[in-house]
Amino acid sequence: MRRGMLLILAAFCCSLAAPALAASEARHPHPQAWSFAKPLGTFDQASVQRGYQVYEEVCSACHSLSALSYRNLGDKGGPFAAYRAKNHETGAEEVRIGPSAHGGKFISPNDNPAVKAIAAKFDVSEIDGTTGDIVQRPARPADRFASPFVNEAAARAANGGAYPPDLSVITRARHGGADYIYALLTGYGEAPPPGVEEVPGKHYNPYFRGGWVAMAPQLTPDRVSFTDGSPSTPDQMARDVASFLEWAGDPKAELRKKMGVAVLGYLLALTLLLFFAYRQIWRGEKH
Amino acid sequence: MSGPSTYVPGSAFERWLDQRLPIMRLAHDSFLAFPTPRNLNYWYTFGGILSFALVVQIVTGIVLAMHYVPSISGAFASVQRIERDVPFGWLVQNIHSVGASMFFLAVYIHMLRGLYYGSYKAPREILWILGVVIYLLMMATAFMGYVLPWGQMSFWGATVITNLFSAIPVVGDPIKLWLLGGFATDNATLNRFFSLHYLLPFMIFGVVVLHIWALHVPGNNNPLGVDVKSPADTVPFHPYYTVKDAFAMAVFVLLFAAFVFYAPDSLGHPDNLIPANPLVTPAEIVPEWYLLPFYAILRAIPDKLGGVLAMFGSIGVLFILPWLDTSKVRSMRFRPLARWGFVLFVGVCLALGWCGGQLPDKAVYQSGRYVQTFEYRTAAGAIATGAISARTSAELERRAHAEEARIGAAMITMHASVAPFQIKVVQLSQMLTLYYFGFFLLLLPILGLIERPGRVPDTIAKAVLKDAATAERSA
Amino acid sequence: MTESAANTHAEGIGSAAEPTRRDFIFIATSATAAVGVAAVAWPLIDQMNPAADTLALASTEIGLDAIELGQESTVLWRGKPVFIRHRTPEEIALAKRDDSLSASMRDPALDADRIRQANGDAGKEEWLVLQASCTHLGCVPTFAAGDYGGWFCPCHGSHYDTAGRIRRGPAPLNLLLAPYVFLSDTVIKIG
Repeated sequence: MRRGMLLILAAFCCSLAAPALAASEARHPHPQAWSFAKPLGTFDQASVQRGYQVYEEVCSACHSLSALSYRNLGDKGGPFAAYRAKNHETGAEEVRIGPSAHGGKFISPNDNPAVKAIAAKFDVSEIDGTTGDIVQRPARPADRFASPFVNEAAARAANGGAYPPDLSVITRARHGGADYIYALLTGYGEAPPPGVEEVPGKHYNPYFRGGWVAMAPQLTPDRVSFTDGSPSTPDQMARDVASFLEWAGDPKAELRKKMGVAVLGYLLALTLLLFFAYRQIWRGEKH
Repeated sequence: MSGPSTYVPGSAFERWLDQRLPIMRLAHDSFLAFPTPRNLNYWYTFGGILSFALVVQIVTGIVLAMHYVPSISGAFASVQRIERDVPFGWLVQNIHSVGASMFFLAVYIHMLRGLYYGSYKAPREILWILGVVIYLLMMATAFMGYVLPWGQMSFWGATVITNLFSAIPVVGDPIKLWLLGGFATDNATLNRFFSLHYLLPFMIFGVVVLHIWALHVPGNNNPLGVDVKSPADTVPFHPYYTVKDAFAMAVFVLLFAAFVFYAPDSLGHPDNLIPANPLVTPAEIVPEWYLLPFYAILRAIPDKLGGVLAMFGSIGVLFILPWLDTSKVRSMRFRPLARWGFVLFVGVCLALGWCGGQLPDKAVYQSGRYVQTFEYRTAAGAIATGAISARTSAELERRAHAEEARIGAAMITMHASVAPFQIKVVQLSQMLTLYYFGFFLLLLPILGLIERPGRVPDTIAKAVLKDAATAERSA
Repeated sequence: MTESAANTHAEGIGSAAEPTRRDFIFIATSATAAVGVAAVAWPLIDQMNPAADTLALASTEIGLDAIELGQESTVLWRGKPVFIRHRTPEEIALAKRDDSLSASMRDPALDADRIRQANGDAGKEEWLVLQASCTHLGCVPTFAAGDYGGWFCPCHGSHYDTAGRIRRGPAPLNLLLAPYVFLSDTVIKIG
């Protein structure tokens, strides 16, 4: 009977882990080899940084990123984190930004030159304190990412009735996460299967629910010229922007995983100790 | 509470306090010296685990309320701010959302344990009923908590559940309007749900106090289901069960932490990270996993009012369970038939949970294929007959188009397609629902009268000593 | 539970074979659990500290172009008002004249100290950047009132001079300097 109960418990746990979802009509995205996918995996910061460039130059024309501020790009663990450190060869102090930067003194995102430069490219509206008018000023690191449209209605009007979703947590808001983003962005170009009726103004993509997506294929070869010289292939751009969106959706992931190791290690030790204490106390007591 | 107090004040202050407020005496008698059956197994540790889970939810919930904004324009963004900007906000938020699932996991094990060992039988009926009240309050709290992030599942979950009340004849619609505070799920709804979500856990806490009180009057039941007859049957709660509960709790927290740190989103639905939109219903609305069995029962009944009644009835039947079970024997350990009825019941609950997560029209069993015959005109102008078959109706349609392309002609007559024999999710749910109610309303009352129970030991001490002796011999 | 049963159990625990090893396990377990409780307390306490978005607004940049001679602008910094005063030559002269009395003031300071930037460099004489809270109980003082040509706090009658020094009334300290630096000739950063 005891074994039976344990089996029931195991089945219970399995039913927990299995996502409760019904069949979806979209094609299942193929899992990619992401650096962050493993339990202790970290972000490939070079890829996240390139992905930001793709977002800025391509996606941001229609998609907002409302939960993020420009300063987040320069947070610890962000793609543009900056450190002040001594150059070992010249001995001079220098500011290092991005994937190669580690060690030295962390520079607050408010003073981070890369973040300030990125923010300054965008305008945000503000109420003028003396006239009360709405005026435009260049964004600062503390500002939220500027939205391409003032509201949802404007976004729909400009996109043939479709609403380009906010991308802040898009990898967590879709089955398949980053795999889905990558598959969707590279999944155009297939002919719809026979019998599937064409939807005017939409584009066939088997990874999109229903098959017809309002977004036209965006990542054409050389759409972006990467500052680090990486090849600007659709595959590279899709991979990088998916990495960036994964980071944007869960910027605390690296910290969370690292802290998890310490917490689980501690709990394991405590559990063992409690087990020994339990054995000691119940010694010689029949139960 | 049972037997005279063994508390001896250790100091002058404790003596002074004991004469004015005997709180130390209460704690000593309830949690230190409390005589507890010596044969409680690990299934009995879930009471302590549940108290812990309740405290975790209350503490993290109070923290979240310091940062959460209960308005439809601010709620979603404020949860994002908690995860991103509030110091350790991501941790507190993950603990609270994973904690809800952990709470339900523990409560289900706790309830099934009570069911198996007959802990609802005299003199513990009130104890059991208070437990069911706690469970009802938990469901209400969890449901309203799920609405607060104001994602798509929050919004549509609130809409669907409040619509259940409109099934009530005559007063249904006014009640729904009253619950929502408007004509649809809106700001007023969110605000009152936030207020009640903050209040209900403290009501749960109050009922938990009553539950423990009711437990301490007759004392614990035990896996043998026999009453405590002499001091040899018991050990003091501390340190024997404090340490056992602590060990079990640590194992539970390990599982809890594994989810918090490595799969915080896995117990929720991705759609709840899409901000609520009253214009677009998600393709599939499913509740959180712990409410899926009830969702399956709701959908199993094709009538709106009937479904609602069946769903509430599935919990309501638990209230009268102490009087449905006619057996004199408490523990199912000594009930050969009821035991298998119980195992099947657990399987049925899990299967209902599975059904609740599936589309109702999905086939779970199918014999044969969809077949369609048709006629077409050949290139020579003659009329020919063809046939295609497929496993699903969607595939059949695709095949038909492919076939047209292959033969290079349009079908001129399509005969009605023949569907194979199928059992759909909704039909499976109906069978499972039948067993769910049958278990309580037929099986338990009848089994108690016809079943021949095994030999129940006289005392706990005797059984424990015999087990130990057998174990020694075999070793 | 009877007295004798309790004793039996107490003996059962007390008379274990290896008291040292047993004690070690209990002490180690309690100590480990205590460390865990302390570690859990920290996130619960720290979450009440200012969040990252609040801290990001801890510094603010202000252009001085629009503030004319003899005018002051009140800006919000960290949710509290700050005076940015464009002093006239007369105000500066008045403040400098009273430098000789500074030793006898309640909170002695020279005018040069009152315009110092946060990084320790000298500021500009015509720009005074002060936190606009009376050091008595936090009301906002008004300019061109009181007996010393500077600010006067209407709540309890504290008089400040044109360098924001406390001269009379209940306030214990001069108006606090807001920590500012000049980023260029016409832009300052507070915080």
